[in-house]
Amino acid sequence: MEKRVTFKGWLLPLLLIAPQVIVSAVFFFYPAEQAVWQSLFIPDPFGLSMQWVGLDNFRFLLSDPYYRASFVTTAIFSTLVTLVSLIPALFLAVLADRLIKGAGAYRTLLIWPYAVAPAVAGVLWLFMFNTRVGVVAWYLGRLGYDWNHVLNEAEAMGLVVVASSWGRISYNFLFFFAALQAIPKSVIEAAAIDGARFWRRFWTIVLPLLSPTTFFLLVVNIVYAFFETFGVIHTITSGGPQQATTILVYKVYADGFVGQDLGSSAAQSVILLVVVGLLTVIQFRFIERRVHY
Amino acid sequence: MTDAVEIVPVGVRRAAPDGMVERRGAGLWLTHLLLIAGVLVIFFPIWLAFVASTVTQPEIARPPMPVWPGGQFLENYRKALFAGVNVPVATMLFNSLVMAMGIAIGKIAISLLSAFAIVYFRFPGKSVFFWLIFLTLMLPVEVRIVPTYEVVAGFGMLNSYSGLIFPLIASATATFLFRQFFLTVPDELAEAARVDGARPMRFFVDILLPMSRTNIAALFVILFIYGWNQYLWPLLITTDPSMNTIVMGIKQMFPSGDDVADWPVIMATSILAMVPPVIVVVSMQRLFIRGLVDSEK
Repeated sequence: MEKRVTFKGWLLPLLLIAPQVIVSAVFFFYPAEQAVWQSLFIPDPFGLSMQWVGLDNFRFLLSDPYYRASFVTTAIFSTLVTLVSLIPALFLAVLADRLIKGAGAYRTLLIWPYAVAPAVAGVLWLFMFNTRVGVVAWYLGRLGYDWNHVLNEAEAMGLVVVASSWGRISYNFLFFFAALQAIPKSVIEAAAIDGARFWRRFWTIVLPLLSPTTFFLLVVNIVYAFFETFGVIHTITSGGPQQATTILVYKVYADGFVGQDLGSSAAQSVILLVVVGLLTVIQFRFIERRVHY
Repeated sequence: MTDAVEIVPVGVRRAAPDGMVERRGAGLWLTHLLLIAGVLVIFFPIWLAFVASTVTQPEIARPPMPVWPGGQFLENYRKALFAGVNVPVATMLFNSLVMAMGIAIGKIAISLLSAFAIVYFRFPGKSVFFWLIFLTLMLPVEVRIVPTYEVVAGFGMLNSYSGLIFPLIASATATFLFRQFFLTVPDELAEAARVDGARPMRFFVDILLPMSRTNIAALFVILFIYGWNQYLWPLLITTDPSMNTIVMGIKQMFPSGDDVADWPVIMATSILAMVPPVIVVVSMQRLFIRGLVDSEK
């Protein structure tokens, strides 16, 4: 798209665009290029020189059982986070949408956990399930269940999933609620006159009309689970126990900064870069489609 | 591109009273009941954190902890704010504020300028720049942490505000938003400005900026929260505790090894860490929702 009316001159626009181009070049393109470049080398143990290894880092990664396990962990984690944050949000949005009065008040009460940082959410949930002082862990113990996410892999995964999904429910609620409010009431009424009860209306009319929003939220939540949940993992489990909660982004950090394995970490960055690219393409294709929806 | 969803003001569509689709009587009460239950469940972790921030350490160390706030509110918060564990929380709050404001203002400023250049000028290399900026949409900082860290270290920007801010404003979301908005501004305005002999910057300052007010405010809300809630980046580059931001500083307050964490102070810090962004979201709810929908399209 272009404007028909434009101003003359070429120096001014170049000056205007310069700050963004410089910041992007220094803090985005150069590091991204470095990530790709470093992924082709391994440093010697003293960090004095780099040795060209071609695609060996990638070959090694893809055959590394820990890296493969991290892929599986990420897949499980992001699927669970997406489900646990979407389903309650849809449920609450459908409820709020049925109200004539008071829906706005519930919206205000439900949206603000979005503002709580994932890392802070991690601390809150860690506090509740802490094996020594956690209230929930204590009551579970009274019921005869010995909660210990420090040792139990499934419990660790469950805890980081719930802590990551908690604030996301607000976000998803907001989008579902807005989409529900936008469904023309006459459609719902017509179905009601034809004798369709609530659940039938929900399955045959409301849910299909929500599908663009749902698809959009699916992609956005997967991106969230992949890249923005680092704080939750780091505060609650630090990737453990036995790497049971080491998602890909956490592994880039753990290998690059804790393990100082720069070549491997860079190769992982490049693989993640491809994943982000794919997700972005899916999202944009979807947006293209939605225009005709 | 269109909005993902249309925001309809609550209550507008439901003006006509009828009981055919909406719930009445018992069903209405059940709806309220379930919604209140949902709100309470979501609220529960924060309530516990608040209670924990008002009691003494021994009260927490012997589970189950109390369910109602105790009398240590002032004491715990004073201790957190002015003593902290590694560094006073007041310092971390200030660092977070600088970082969040820096990211929000910085990103809005450079994006407004470059969107103006892209939309209102034809200049050599325009499409190249456009696509270069577009590419930055795709790569979150989490993915390029090691090389970005090296760049920032190379500039000597570790433990500095500019090191916290600049790498996070290198993304084009805001530029795209303003570009989309500028494209909807009627051509007649620029034409009139040109006929009146106004220079481009005059047009930008006197016409375009005032028209973008709402978009700027909405974006500011989103970017402020984004900046405030950053975790990984401050964790990497602020090795000096006095440069820690509050969101990443909480984890640093946990003792390593077997020592017992000072839960009342940690929980007071958690509450302090969420108060500013929550206030921003709740008080600017309309702008926040608008910004959220805009920035995701």
